[in-house]
Amino acid sequence: MKVIETRKLTKYYGKNKGIIDVDLSINEGDIYGFIGPNGAGKSTTIRILLGLISPDSGEAMVLGKDCRKYKNEILADIGYMPSEAMFYSKMRVHEILKFSAKLQKKDCTLEAQKLCERLLLDTKKKVEDLSLGNRKKVSIVCALQHKPKLYILDEPTSGLDPLIQKEFFSILMERHREGATILISSHVLSEIQRYCNSAAIIRDGKVIVSDSVEMMSKSSIRRITLHGVSIAPSIEGVLDVLNQENMPSFLFHGDMQKLISALHGLPISDMTVSEPDIEETFMHFYAKGGL
Amino acid sequence: MTIFKHEIKQMRTALLIWGIAVGLMILVSMIIYPEMVGNTADMFENMGVFTQAFGLDKLDINSVTGYYGMQSGSILALGGTFFASLIGISMLSKEESAKTAEFLLTHPISRQQVVIEKIYAIFFAIILFNLLCLLFSLISFAIINEMNNVVWSSFWLFHLAQCIMHIQIASLCFGISAIIKRGGIGIGIGFTMLMYFLNLICNISERVRFLKYITPFQYAEPSHIISKSSIDSNLIIVGVIYATIGIVVAFWYYDRKDIT
Repeated sequence: MKVIETRKLTKYYGKNKGIIDVDLSINEGDIYGFIGPNGAGKSTTIRILLGLISPDSGEAMVLGKDCRKYKNEILADIGYMPSEAMFYSKMRVHEILKFSAKLQKKDCTLEAQKLCERLLLDTKKKVEDLSLGNRKKVSIVCALQHKPKLYILDEPTSGLDPLIQKEFFSILMERHREGATILISSHVLSEIQRYCNSAAIIRDGKVIVSDSVEMMSKSSIRRITLHGVSIAPSIEGVLDVLNQENMPSFLFHGDMQKLISALHGLPISDMTVSEPDIEETFMHFYAKGGL
Repeated sequence: MTIFKHEIKQMRTALLIWGIAVGLMILVSMIIYPEMVGNTADMFENMGVFTQAFGLDKLDINSVTGYYGMQSGSILALGGTFFASLIGISMLSKEESAKTAEFLLTHPISRQQVVIEKIYAIFFAIILFNLLCLLFSLISFAIINEMNNVVWSSFWLFHLAQCIMHIQIASLCFGISAIIKRGGIGIGIGFTMLMYFLNLICNISERVRFLKYITPFQYAEPSHIISKSSIDSNLIIVGVIYATIGIVVAFWYYDRKDIT
């Protein structure tokens, strides 16, 4: 079953483009990474899925239902964590958690207590006195305490210290084992590589690639390092050139025969060809003109 | 009624402060009534166009009801409408300006329900505010030992009209609140001041009597209510229509609004 499916989802902000023809397909049980630079359209897509904004055209189905027509039913099964964790400043943490649970029409007292203990969150503090990291923790508990089927997490770990990040992912993996589907929008590529099975990269409002994380890492792109020459060949497909002294290194995404021809006759003493790590692949897709 | 309770909790301090402040101003102004009686009438009746503007030509200021109308006609009318405009104008827009809309609206609750519970909270707060002011008024009558001299029918009608006016102003500001994204306090206060100014002009000149269909201060004007012991029901109906338009706009617009 497709938990999230969008078809040609388009949204403009006045004359400015938001997203164009975004197609996403997320299966039940996926941990799906949604990657892209700031302003690429990640949050716009997520906001459409949550019914916060309406698309200009296209379709968005969440849990098999139209996300505009059945918004409330869908939201009852979603745990959403926004990138900016903002709450009512005069309220205390336990009041926020209770308010969120009441809006979910569920008694989440026990689950909230467990999560707060694991994330070391002091529930007596006022929201206005919390650091960014602690506000994030409140946001995590709000998203997780009602045990939804689908988690939509927008930049979930920004502001969290490494120990809490580890605990957070440990909780997420438990929920995943219980059958939940997770969509993570993140800039932290190591997180995507470690936890996600599939991912999509969005750039300038368009999804430029969506595949399994494994396949993305095994793309035809290669990092090539030459020894004995001072500059990289200037042919089509040469990207991300790092000019070290007598050891130029570059990503190559193109016709290997042309590269071999270009290198022919050069005083190359050694040469390494390796698969780039996922971060390099993503950076290549991020860059304008990459792909 | 989760959002209703939440809103009442959020505004309880402001409600108490506004209610007590306006109530105390009424109380203090009434406590000096025994000293003012006899001396004030001449002074207020000879202020030329200002006497007309504030409706003092129609009030018997020497009577406790007339004096009360003069004082609370300004204090309760302005204090109450400022309070009403502030809670009305910020009720929906504050969620976007404080960036809490994303938190609130990603819970399984429809936007119509949010609007309903928020308008209920506004009505409830305004009624509580008026009851608080009413309590201070009654205490002031007791302190100056004038309970037996108050024309109660005029008194209750005046307070009813004031409460309706506060609800009308809040409802119109609530409609604006659905459209704007942040702030709006200036718009709310400015709108209220404009309505008050139109009322003064309407009291002075017959040529602009049509303004009585625009400003709610006309049907809540103590000089009309206390001198006739009645409310102009036609103007109340017009006011209710304006309030309804404000609420309908809020429903319609907020349901379709992009929360960015």
